[in-house]
Amino acid sequence: MRSKFKTEYMGRTVVTVVGLMIIAITLLITVFLVQKGAQTFTVLKYSVSQFFTDTKWDPFMSADDPKGSVGALTFIIGSIYVSFLALLFATPFAVACAIFITEISPKYGKKMLQPAVEIFVGIPSVVYGWLGFSVLCPFIAKIFNMPFGGEGLLSAAIVLSVMIFPTITTVAIDSIRNVPSEYKQASYGLGATRLQMIWHTSLPAAKQGILTGIVLGLARAFGEALAVSMVIGNKITIPKNILSRTSTLTTIIANQMGSAPDGTGMADSIWSMGLLLFVISFLFILMIRIIGKEREDKGAEK
Amino acid sequence: MSCKLLVENLNLYYSDIQALKDINMGIDEKKITALIGPSGCGKSTFLKTINRMNDLIPGVRITGKMTLDGEDIYSSSNDVTLLRKRVGMVFQKPNPFPVSIYDNIAYGPRRHGLKNKGRLDEIVEKSLKDSAMWDEVKDKLKKSALSLSGGQQQRLCIARALAVEPEVILLDEPTSALDPISTFKIEDLMQTLKETYTVIIVTHNMQQATRVADKTAFFLLGDLIEYDETEVIFTNPQNPKTLEYVSGHFG
Ligand SMILES: Nc1ncnc2c1ncn2[C@@H]1O[C@H](COP(=O)(O)OP(=O)(O)OP(=O)(O)O)[C@@H](O)[C@H]1O
Ligand SMILES: [Mg+2]
Repeated sequence: MRSKFKTEYMGRTVVTVVGLMIIAITLLITVFLVQKGAQTFTVLKYSVSQFFTDTKWDPFMSADDPKGSVGALTFIIGSIYVSFLALLFATPFAVACAIFITEISPKYGKKMLQPAVEIFVGIPSVVYGWLGFSVLCPFIAKIFNMPFGGEGLLSAAIVLSVMIFPTITTVAIDSIRNVPSEYKQASYGLGATRLQMIWHTSLPAAKQGILTGIVLGLARAFGEALAVSMVIGNKITIPKNILSRTSTLTTIIANQMGSAPDGTGMADSIWSMGLLLFVISFLFILMIRIIGKEREDKGAEK
Repeated sequence: MSCKLLVENLNLYYSDIQALKDINMGIDEKKITALIGPSGCGKSTFLKTINRMNDLIPGVRITGKMTLDGEDIYSSSNDVTLLRKRVGMVFQKPNPFPVSIYDNIAYGPRRHGLKNKGRLDEIVEKSLKDSAMWDEVKDKLKKSALSLSGGQQQRLCIARALAVEPEVILLDEPTSALDPISTFKIEDLMQTLKETYTVIIVTHNMQQATRVADKTAFFLLGDLIEYDETEVIFTNPQNPKTLEYVSGHFG
């Protein structure tokens, strides 16, 4: 009796402590990021509007010369362009692939295609970056006749789309599989063809799940630094067209962190961009939550 | 009186398990035919051969012949989607789509190419009237079908099946998930349906079979044991197994 009480009590204590620690660490990171990220504006007195609307990125790098500007618009736009382009490329393939695996050829899909897709998830991003740099970029350079190499927005978006494709596909597969078979039976029973069943019954019923997958993919695209940095060209200008070299919030942090001593405009503005990325990922999670909640509400009506 | 559906030497195998054994029967037009028998005897399987829903199950093999108005249901030239339009089905568990009442009814006609809004409105109204639920739902056609009660959902599913203007309606234990009042409403509805449609119903409820069916077929382990007027089956069956079953002494 007593020993059971003891182990149970101890187990519960350990779990509670660990739980509290995780909450504490998360809170600490948030507070730290907010405090550091705000210094650009509170200590160095740059204006918030400059950060969000100016394209001039020239923060001072040594404390002797406290001047310069911290306009991050280029990176914000770079991030948005490259992520949404990647999404645009990946989503149709991912949804089509999920449909194929679940509805068209479940046997072949489950045995061959799904494992293949899952392997893609585990490949380290540096490998994607290297493949992009050494295979895709020369190819793009050749097609579009770019004498200085094919690095740029398009290459980065393609590499990213390959990286987020498995994320969207796996989530979409799960949500299409979870569509109740009664709906499919009803649809076939009314004389629908297989394509009609997929288009008018399966997909609408799986809509929320597929949307969740898309947002997850978008979040991954926004957060990826290494692979993007290897193929995007890393020029600090707003892209003029789809082939332009540019930078994103993540690539500029990765590329500039070495030259950012503490207390300089460079360091603090990097913190601010880190904070911005944190806020964006928080918004993505919020979106996923809201989509999930809608699905729950719908389910509850039954 | 003519046979709408003719079944000759029908055998069905799920991979190597034989679920239907040499079935021969003719189903009368504009009558209600009940299929009874213990669980697992092949009633649902038989029902699903009529609109070829078995095609969706891998490993199913069928021999023999089944004709609808003389046309071979299983001939390769027969269009399955067209067959299912002619032979509607209502399932054991009400299964409305998670969309509005209106869109549920319009689903079938839309899939068969109807786009005209006015025509769709007419079909929705007619189907709901035919399934005796127009007055209950006419003010909330845009509301989710999932907000209806179980009994209403099942009648909605019947209305949805009627919307494609079928000739035969298959009902697989349509009231087994419903309360007595909803059950009564659906039985009532069936009596009006048979003026227009050929109705085939699977039921575990003997009273239901006696109340609604003109003819009754008794299945046992994949065999059609006896098929006759409902009254004969329940009061004077020719086969002792039938008697055993309908008198409730079945072990
Ligand atoms: N998809 C399937 N794969 C393999 N065997 C099946 C399948 N569906 C049914 N069977 C088998 O076929 C036989 C007949 O099943 P069926 O569902 O037609 O019976 P039923 O008379 O409708 O029973 P119930 O009254 O329980 O609904 C059973 O032995 C069952 O196990
Ligand atoms: Mg059954």
